[in-house]
Amino acid sequence: MTEALTAKNIVAGYVPDLPILRDVSLSAETAKVTVIIGPNGAGKSTLIKAIAGLVPVASGTVLLNGADITNPAPDRMGDHGVAYVPQSDNIFRSLTIRQNLDLVLRKAGADGPARLEALYRQFPPLAQKQRDKAGSLSGGQRQFLAVAMALAIKPRVILMDEPSAGLSPKAAQEVLEHARALTEAGVTILLVEQNVKQALRLADHCYILADGRNQIDGPAADLLNDPVVGQIYLGGKRMAPA
Amino acid sequence: MIGVLSYLVFFATVASILSIAVLGLNLQWGNTGLFNGGVVAFFGAGGYGTLILGGTPQADHLGGFDLPYLIALLGGMVIAGLLAWVVGILTLRLRHDYLAIATFGVAVAFENLMRNAEGLAGGAKGLRGFERPLRQALGDGFTYNVLFLIFTVGLLIATYLFLQRLIRSPFGRLLRAIREDETAAQSLGKTPARVRLTAFIAGSVIMGLAGGLYATFYAFISPQDVLPILTFQIWAMLIVGGAGNNKGAVMGAFLIWGAWTASGWALSRFAPLDVQLYTGSIQFILIGVVIVGMLLWRPQGLFAEKLVVSQSGRA
Amino acid sequence: MIQNLVDGVLVGSILSLGAIGLTMAMHMLRFANFSHAELLSIGAYSALVFDGLFSALYPPLANAIGPLSLTWALSLATILAMAITGASAVVIDRLVFARVRAKGGELSMVFASFGVAMIIRNVLGLIFGLQSQLYSKDIVFAIVISRDPFLLIKPDQVFSLIAALIIMAILHGVLSRTTFGYALRAVAENPSLAQVSGINLKRMITLIWIIGGGLAAAAGVFYGLSNQINPVLGRDLVLPIFAATIVGGIGSIYGAVLGGFLVGIASNLALVILPSGYSPSVPFLIILIVLMIRPTGLFGEERA
Repeated sequence: MTEALTAKNIVAGYVPDLPILRDVSLSAETAKVTVIIGPNGAGKSTLIKAIAGLVPVASGTVLLNGADITNPAPDRMGDHGVAYVPQSDNIFRSLTIRQNLDLVLRKAGADGPARLEALYRQFPPLAQKQRDKAGSLSGGQRQFLAVAMALAIKPRVILMDEPSAGLSPKAAQEVLEHARALTEAGVTILLVEQNVKQALRLADHCYILADGRNQIDGPAADLLNDPVVGQIYLGGKRMAPA
Repeated sequence: MIGVLSYLVFFATVASILSIAVLGLNLQWGNTGLFNGGVVAFFGAGGYGTLILGGTPQADHLGGFDLPYLIALLGGMVIAGLLAWVVGILTLRLRHDYLAIATFGVAVAFENLMRNAEGLAGGAKGLRGFERPLRQALGDGFTYNVLFLIFTVGLLIATYLFLQRLIRSPFGRLLRAIREDETAAQSLGKTPARVRLTAFIAGSVIMGLAGGLYATFYAFISPQDVLPILTFQIWAMLIVGGAGNNKGAVMGAFLIWGAWTASGWALSRFAPLDVQLYTGSIQFILIGVVIVGMLLWRPQGLFAEKLVVSQSGRA
Repeated sequence: MIQNLVDGVLVGSILSLGAIGLTMAMHMLRFANFSHAELLSIGAYSALVFDGLFSALYPPLANAIGPLSLTWALSLATILAMAITGASAVVIDRLVFARVRAKGGELSMVFASFGVAMIIRNVLGLIFGLQSQLYSKDIVFAIVISRDPFLLIKPDQVFSLIAALIIMAILHGVLSRTTFGYALRAVAENPSLAQVSGINLKRMITLIWIIGGGLAAAAGVFYGLSNQINPVLGRDLVLPIFAATIVGGIGSIYGAVLGGFLVGIASNLALVILPSGYSPSVPFLIILIVLMIRPTGLFGEERA
């Protein structure tokens, strides 16, 4: 049981004096799906962005396989083997599908064409529409492109921010199942979700955040039926001071 | 001795006139956050307006309404205000960098118009036919200049006091609110667009006053007086003095004008003759360096804005 | 009138080259750079210096190419001038704009750009003198293309147009076929996603200055070929180049190209009705009209 990604006592926010995360810790186990859930404003997206280097971390550490990657340069995360899929605006609309993929594959060198082929096999609709501008895709197809772009760099860890947002239930299910399947290939998945039931069914471990702090965490299967989840969402129960 | 004194009077007069213009810019930029890249157009509108309204009839251009001086001065201010109203309606809702470009363009177009429209304002030859007020009574000498200086300083003090009261008034608080956070101000039911337009017009009217005084002082105005360099000089004065701060604005004006005239004098006195051709270039470089230097070293200005307390803490 | 149209296309190509760099910088760094046009002056004067140097070092280079007044020396000098101007743009950003950005914010950068423009313009005047200069002392006769309607074109102007179009075609190729081009477009569309996709923003900004400066230098040389070189070359082109970026939409390179031609043509066609003294005001009128009708321009979009 190794921990691929660990965050310890993170205090972070967009503006130095206004921390959104007040003290958050979590671990994502290697080749497992770890999901973060919680009410709006809990700081879930902020946590993912802080790990990716887009939000400054005021105090606390982020470790990747033991190495300290707190406050990284966001453009170097790919070199560390970490990919980040934002919730919205996660593809370049003015570029074609092919150009989007070529862009993220540019550091792959000679391996590029092979990886492109593999991605097209995994996502046939993208191959078909490769000359279309990404902005013309449907919501679900855009999400697949975003995931494909993340996979292009052969990451060991993928951070995903609400991958099912705005998608039909069927498309949402496909995306989450796809994420599950990736762990079989050894990839660690850390994702934020609003779609609690679907996410808990497919995840291994779950953390609940509220008001910028940890509330409870545990195996996803256990939390699936635990009434405390609902209570935290409705604001009644808090396990940690705000 | 009289020579030095006379020169000081001259210096103080021009510096005071420019101070008035800087105060107008401070209202627009320091208090309201509006970027006026065409200050010289409103200054010029006031200057040309005053001379056209107050001058004797001329054969080759508009003007010669021969109105009493104070009316002519006021008329110049009104013309500046009208120009600001038109420009403001068209441009104030733009993003700040678009506003900078648009107002800069206004100034270019204004100078262009004044240079070409001979029938309107004498074209490149400039406007003539204006006699300084009370000239016949007081003559052209030292006495006149001192009295004119007193007149100008009086207007400067009046403008300063007016603006200080404006800042402390509800309108002033509104300006600050809009400058800091427009959405919040809007939620309070105020229309930011109207308020900004009012501030823009008011500032431009003040610039028009300065322009009118300037034209009066020289009894002449031409396109050479409304070139972009004047906009940059006035901006430099505000940046050096401290945006948002009326006292800083006046100090900045005197400092920069002092540096400008001192550098001009030093170059004409000490520089070899063939370098003097480049006096203008050297001065322009100095102004550029001052602007860039201040922004890098002390962007809030030498006399930075003290936070204004809106209401006293007493219960 | 056809003469005006042709003149408009010719000057338009110069405006396009100048506008491409400006639109990229304005979009990425969010400030109206009043000193961009001075890069054209730096380019024109650099080329002048190296033209003289190369001609002196190796006299055969001073021969004109064909019917043009352009010499081999000047051609080489232009390429060198593009590199120098690109480097100058980066240096100016490092020395001034990046530091003002860190300290003050976007509006301070606009003031700073006024200051930088004045410094560059007048330093050039001090170094090279205030008088107008030409690349070539040869008298180049314009060729009469047709007598009715009367149409006069200088070979140098045709060369400038073709060279400008070639440069733009190369740029188009880069943008549509290379991953560097994709990276440039990605950064313009969504800087944070670009970072997350592995693109180093600081390096891209440096490259944007280099490209913008290089293109501006070419524009400056072409302008100097068709007109003359003097310290106010940049200052006179500030408004037209801004007009081109606004017409095209800030952030759109293709918009800047189209905008340049539109402004050039419109400015010259306006001379059919307006007295020529008013031509500096035409770009301003164009800006006003565009900002009233369609502020985002032809292809502009808000940044993500």
